[in-house]
Amino acid sequence: MKMVTTAAALTDGSLSSIKGFLKTLSPVDQVGADARAAMLATRSIKTASKKWAIDMAISMIDLTTLEGADTDGKVKALCNKAIRPDPTDPSVPHVGAICVYNDMVTVARKQLDESGGHDIPVAAVSTAFPSGRASLEVKERDTKDAIANGATEIDMVIDRGAFLSGDLEKVFSEIVYIKSLCADKAHLKVILETGELVTYDNVRKASFLAMAAGADFIKTSTGKVAPAATAPVVLVMLEAVRDFYQMTGVRIGVKPAGGIRTTKDAIKQLVLVKETAGDEWLNPGLFRIGASALLNDLLMQRQKLTSGHYGGANYVTLD
Amino acid sequence: MTFEYSSAPESKAIVTIDPVYKLFIGGKFVAPKAGKTFTTINPATEEVLAKIAYAEKSDIDKAVKAAQEGLKVWSKMAPSERGKYLYRIARIMQERAREFAVLETMDNGKPIRETRDVDIPLAAAHFFYHAGWADKLEHAGVGNNPKPYGVVGQIIPWNFPLLMLSWKIAPALATGNTVVLKPAETTPLTALLFAQVCQQAELPAGVVNIVTGDGATGAAIVNHPGINKIAFTGSTDVGKLIARSVAGTGKGLTLELGGKGANVVFEDAPLDETVEGIINGIFFNQGHVCCAGSRLLIQENIQDEFLEKLKHRMSQIRLGDPLDKNTDIGAINSREQLEKITELALSGDAEGAERYSAACTIPAKGFWYPPTFFTGVTQAHRIAREEIFGPVLSVISFRTPQEAIEKANNTPFGLSAGVWTDKGSRVLWTAKHLRAGVIWANTFNKFDPASPFGGYKESGWGREGGRHGLAAYLKGAK
Repeated sequence: MKMVTTAAALTDGSLSSIKGFLKTLSPVDQVGADARAAMLATRSIKTASKKWAIDMAISMIDLTTLEGADTDGKVKALCNKAIRPDPTDPSVPHVGAICVYNDMVTVARKQLDESGGHDIPVAAVSTAFPSGRASLEVKERDTKDAIANGATEIDMVIDRGAFLSGDLEKVFSEIVYIKSLCADKAHLKVILETGELVTYDNVRKASFLAMAAGADFIKTSTGKVAPAATAPVVLVMLEAVRDFYQMTGVRIGVKPAGGIRTTKDAIKQLVLVKETAGDEWLNPGLFRIGASALLNDLLMQRQKLTSGHYGGANYVTLD
Repeated sequence: MTFEYSSAPESKAIVTIDPVYKLFIGGKFVAPKAGKTFTTINPATEEVLAKIAYAEKSDIDKAVKAAQEGLKVWSKMAPSERGKYLYRIARIMQERAREFAVLETMDNGKPIRETRDVDIPLAAAHFFYHAGWADKLEHAGVGNNPKPYGVVGQIIPWNFPLLMLSWKIAPALATGNTVVLKPAETTPLTALLFAQVCQQAELPAGVVNIVTGDGATGAAIVNHPGINKIAFTGSTDVGKLIARSVAGTGKGLTLELGGKGANVVFEDAPLDETVEGIINGIFFNQGHVCCAGSRLLIQENIQDEFLEKLKHRMSQIRLGDPLDKNTDIGAINSREQLEKITELALSGDAEGAERYSAACTIPAKGFWYPPTFFTGVTQAHRIAREEIFGPVLSVISFRTPQEAIEKANNTPFGLSAGVWTDKGSRVLWTAKHLRAGVIWANTFNKFDPASPFGGYKESGWGREGGRHGLAAYLKGAK
């Protein structure tokens, strides 16, 4: 009985029932969550499991460039890297997506299509990323633009100011509205910017709010605020998607972004996924890693596993 | 393909296990007079690790005599000098931490993750903590002229072999006592490695004596007239025997005995972290923990949801090779203990409780028990009253805080308890009414050398750790 009412509260789209549901959420004990994440970080991933994890992590990367200095040339190079991360080894999988600003979507889509990357989606950060401080009209235009230019994934930011001031209605309705723009044309990733929400209770609450509003993915961070994708924050978000699935039967994806730079970091993320949400989440459809420098470290470690020695930074391409 | 962790075993190459071990008496390894030995095995593989000297009464005489000789040097040494030896031992334990961890895991069966991250670091921490006390004993709370007891007989269990050794030896030495210590029959190896550390630290002869054997060896220590104080950690039954033997002899006594700890979970608890705490409380060290949270007292209105989460979490528990760095649950320490756990769990079935066990693959060799809980347990069930000392949790529901307290306290034991709630006031109220020596709030099984540990009622007598534990090794005008 409880399950049925919960599922209804989460999926009927009514703000009052969501607000009621959020009040019933179990609190997060910070010390306990930190301890669980630290324990999972001690998992020792070796040999065959490491090889599997590296390839999985590569295929989950949203290869990202979000700089004021981005140019067509830089984005094109990144697209080539996305398609063939290691030009010397065709067995390396392509990455999960390319993630760029709105105005680079056209360039990225064209480059991918012309270079054999048809099946790599372009994600656009949207809704006045990274701060989200703009009117809904601006956010709408930002999103529509990106979709029109070929983005099939929209990474929107929530209004953290509204969240922190208690205006959940604004946060919720914006997500609902952006989701309606995405419709069946784009996947919606909702960035919580957990570094600004600060507490794990807020992270859990924002996760459920976003999922109830129609997020396909919940994403930790913009990458512009520290701390970003810390292990306990990802743990709390993975618990949220696990519980949401148990309540509604719908699996929502998770995307940590920011600060994941090494193979070790990436593998720790996969361990968190496996032992929290479960193996069902271990695919690029339900777990992505927003990163740029990470890819080359994964490639170096992969070369080491394949050849038995480190080739070094000169044997991976800089893009 | 799914994400299966490849085996990641810690190397055994770091340890050297001798084929035969002698007794450590008067700073030297000496053969037992009668020449008898027993074997110690690896409970995960049942392979014999070494032959161990069996100490009889005449060997205990010799050890006590050596400790009395050692006392002449040790109790008269400048306290700050005693402290230096303790610091030295602590540092050597840290330097040789991996060696200790691997050896402990092989002899005991507990996972390397626990020996590496808990047992050995805590053991070294106890020596560091007590090293600092050595020249500050007038602040221990027993007056301004505290004196050691003299020779202390110490008998320790198999569940945390090196850690229990540290809990015993560190305060005894800091306070100027000398010791005759008997490790458990099934786990003598790290104590014997510790004896080598004493040699390496150039500890004066006779300050630490380590004698190996069984219950009869322990009885010979308890009843020896040359011993001034007994410190025992083990079962309540044996503790009662010791209390009877020691009564009227003038010997000092501290006892750390059994428990049936209640973890009280209220409806407003942080559920995911509480699940972790319950798992840690009962499955840490295969449940071979005197302060284990072996009873889950759960508010009825969240029981179903909570048990679903608990089952889900239990499906992630990794049981197997204790040397594998990813193992969560290792081997049961002995066949005897496995039989005891099995028998008590069967009584749970017979008395009508409902069993749930995680679907772990049990290795072909060695002693194993899957993580298990029973629902529908009432206060009348044996599994609600008797200490199982294994990975078996009894789930009992309650409806009001008062009922939770009554049930939690309705046991002859009183060692540990846990409170899980988001309300600070409820933590304080519950802790005030629980009759247990250690109460954790929103966490479990946290230990620190500065924190006194010990039980109410049949869980023990006296405290170990902190100033209270230190005072238990000192005589003085109180």
